[in-house]
Amino acid sequence: MTKINVTVDGVSYHDDVEPRTLLVHYLREQVGKVGTVVGCDTSNCGACTVDLDGLSVKSCTVLAVQADGSEVTTVEGLAGTDGLDPMQQAFHDNHALQCGFCTPGMIMAARDLLRHNPHPSEEEIREGIEGNLCRCTGYQNIVRAVQAAAGAAAGAAAGAGAAS
Amino acid sequence: MTAVSDRPEAEIGKARRRKEDQHLITGRTTWTDNMVLPGMLHLAILRSPMAHARITSIDVSAARTRPGVVAAFSGQDFAETQGSLPCAWPVTKDMVNPGHPSIAVTQVNHVGEAVAVVAARTKAEAQDALEAIEIDYEPLPVVLDMEAALADGADLVHPDNTSSNKSYTWVFDSGEAGTGGKMEDALSGAEVTLTRRFIQQRLIPSFMEPRSVVVQPQGDGVLVHSATQIPHILRTMLALTVGIPEHAVRVVAPDVGGGFGGKIPVTPEEVLTTLMARRLGKPCKFTESRSESLMTAHHGRDQIQDITITAKRDGTVTGLDVHLLADMGAYLRLVGPGVPILGAFMYNSIYKFPAYRFVCDGVFTTKTPTDAYRGAGRPEATFAIERIMDELAAELGMDPMELRRKNWIRHEEFPFTTVCGLTYDSGNYEAATDRALELIGWDALRREQAERRERKDPVQLGLGISTFTEMCGLAPSRVLGSLDYGAGGWEAASVRVLATGKVEVVTGASAHGQGHETAFSQIVADRLGVPFEDVQIIHGDTQSSPKGLDTYGSRSLSVGGIAIVKAADKVIEKARRVAAHLLEASEDDLEFEAGSFSVKGSPGSSVALGEIAFAAFTAHNLPDGMEPSLDSDAVYDPVNFSFPHGTHLCAIDVDTETGMAKIRKYVCVDDVGNPINPMIIEGQVHGGLAQGIAQAMFEEAVFDDAGNLTTGTFVDYTLPSASDLPSFTTDRTVSPSTDNPLGVKGVGEAGTIASTPAVVNAVVDALRPFGVTDVRMPMTPERIWRAVQGGAQ
Repeated sequence: MTKINVTVDGVSYHDDVEPRTLLVHYLREQVGKVGTVVGCDTSNCGACTVDLDGLSVKSCTVLAVQADGSEVTTVEGLAGTDGLDPMQQAFHDNHALQCGFCTPGMIMAARDLLRHNPHPSEEEIREGIEGNLCRCTGYQNIVRAVQAAAGAAAGAAAGAGAAS
Repeated sequence: MTAVSDRPEAEIGKARRRKEDQHLITGRTTWTDNMVLPGMLHLAILRSPMAHARITSIDVSAARTRPGVVAAFSGQDFAETQGSLPCAWPVTKDMVNPGHPSIAVTQVNHVGEAVAVVAARTKAEAQDALEAIEIDYEPLPVVLDMEAALADGADLVHPDNTSSNKSYTWVFDSGEAGTGGKMEDALSGAEVTLTRRFIQQRLIPSFMEPRSVVVQPQGDGVLVHSATQIPHILRTMLALTVGIPEHAVRVVAPDVGGGFGGKIPVTPEEVLTTLMARRLGKPCKFTESRSESLMTAHHGRDQIQDITITAKRDGTVTGLDVHLLADMGAYLRLVGPGVPILGAFMYNSIYKFPAYRFVCDGVFTTKTPTDAYRGAGRPEATFAIERIMDELAAELGMDPMELRRKNWIRHEEFPFTTVCGLTYDSGNYEAATDRALELIGWDALRREQAERRERKDPVQLGLGISTFTEMCGLAPSRVLGSLDYGAGGWEAASVRVLATGKVEVVTGASAHGQGHETAFSQIVADRLGVPFEDVQIIHGDTQSSPKGLDTYGSRSLSVGGIAIVKAADKVIEKARRVAAHLLEASEDDLEFEAGSFSVKGSPGSSVALGEIAFAAFTAHNLPDGMEPSLDSDAVYDPVNFSFPHGTHLCAIDVDTETGMAKIRKYVCVDDVGNPINPMIIEGQVHGGLAQGIAQAMFEEAVFDDAGNLTTGTFVDYTLPSASDLPSFTTDRTVSPSTDNPLGVKGVGEAGTIASTPAVVNAVVDALRPFGVTDVRMPMTPERIWRAVQGGAQ
């Protein structure tokens, strides 16, 4: 067992983990963040995507011990008392989910995409989320959601600019 | 009393955002694998690495000594107590069913079959302990090829209890059935006869949530949580298979992450976990890995289709002769044998064929069993007919669209009884087709195609057509009975108006992503005249929803939705009696509108449904003899299937030098009857298109010569990603069903059924100048390139 200290969705955890424990299993089984899910064993599906110190990672490719001292944000850490994260809202508004299993990872990956490219083209969005598989939506509404979230962010920035 | 309505507009037809989304986008979900129970044990399953072998020895004792392990068993430990997994569709009286153990006892018949099981405190400990199990196999010959499997002297998959690898032969002949002419006459009198072989490759449904099951012993019974499409059927089947009284089995399907038919059967894992929980007296959980899922959750399609079409020189089709080989894999699953039989009724599609014959052989091989996958038999049928219509057009030198127009059922001919004996209630193939041609700009694309052919552009343009219909709303129970299916096709619902006026609706149609809660709420809101937000849909738990036949075959709306309407109408009728009593009026003088009863001609005298519900709750002042509470149940058995249809068009650029094909435009016009929620319809179509296009271009389950699945991970089994697919243009025409009160038809499978032939027709169209008449699916760049070169495909 190894001691780790990880902040998950704003709460600090001090835990003993087996060195082989993957971050996704630590999050699900020890921290109880079951919103993050496992869809494959080869890091193809992206359902387990979370933020690790501001970087988007597939949490099945990271050992829990590697997250020692880090800050992790999962889909459960996005919505606050003031409502949904803009990407969550955009997924809802654009019917960008059906069964919802890939959705937490997809939302986390899409947020990361906009962080690095706030105004992506459709092609850039499709490339940006190709590490996350979805079987229900045909991706079209996910692309729309990301476009809407980008537009909302741009609109918010413009609004902030006008106010200042 | 006052008439109050704060609902200004109809809910049906509105693109309502989904009620289901909130917990899914915030991660507050109830996937089965999330469940943690006191004392719960985790199971790991040792799976056969051999496709076909006798188990000569197995020793699990060392596994029992590993850390955290509570129990380890082999199939021998369950030899006496496990029943065969159920197959509910014996399609012929003499169908051979060798039985299907949930864990192999003496012999394995496909790679991935369970041979031993370990229960431990953690999943990791259970998996570690699998390594300590010693097992010896004596290999048997693998049986992979269906034609070889049927040859004289072939090695048998089940040598101990079958005499051949054929499970059944199922035949339909329109001449014998009296629904059309004799195929023999069509063949002997034909001016043109064309024969083709099409291969429906094996696919894997690939729902995103791996299957998971948690079983808690409860007294003499069990509480089962499972990622299943069929909680009600699973309850009955577990009772029969494991030998527990049905009333002691409760099945819950919590959030279920997709199905596509892949979560229909009663799985070995569900039965084995139940056996373990009962034997150990503790809650047990099994969650599969993706590799286990790809190997052992059932596969779909896998048919060889030999098709002969007969026609006159002017393009009038006179007959269709179909012979299928359908790979059952090693065992018969719940509805596996019936999948090609469902397709049998769809080969004539939207066309007026005078004669039709269909013969299907179900064949055993040493591969993963097959069962329903999105569309189940109907995509295969549509593919074959739409491909051979294109080939016939080429043979006759006709435009493929003109050939279709010449043969399809015209709008004014509905209702129309087909050569299979089905009666299509409504449809308008002309309208959907004309709209699709307009949307894609067909004529301009044809001109561009001609220009590019003329200048020998290395990137050729192909235009593909797929017109289709399907039979949804499975199904009238009598029809299922005539096809020897082991259950009915009805659906159940309850509508309860609570004391406060809020409405609870119980449905037997269990959801796994389709948006039932939203669509059903819209229907109830309109029917009862209550706010959408005031309706709660309850489903997926056999305790709160005791009756039902679950979700498959696009039946939720056109069967489950109608059951809800029937229950709501009963509630309204009871409410009418209460209203008449309260208003001291005659029932006949009352009209119900926007959630209120009012006396005709005196709008000031009215009473709202919520007030009636409260009166029915207090029961202080009800008509004599009336039972308190305002609720009702209904069970609806559909009078007919529903028949959505559509026209899908695909324009594709095919690089003849590299074999790369890229969809440039995809347009579909679907007619699903009256739309309840256009947003949900569009989403279902998108997802279906992705799966159908994936069959055409990407996906195939491949076995090597030893029977190993070589596409056993998502690295090898190519699910399309966002960058593999285009954006689609979708539109609708509306031909309301005349067989149900909502006029709805069903949409879940449309995209998958129609898109596969549209894409293959487009690629073949691009390459026809190169002498290409077919490209085998999935049309990988290599296969397309070889087709251009005239080599093996």
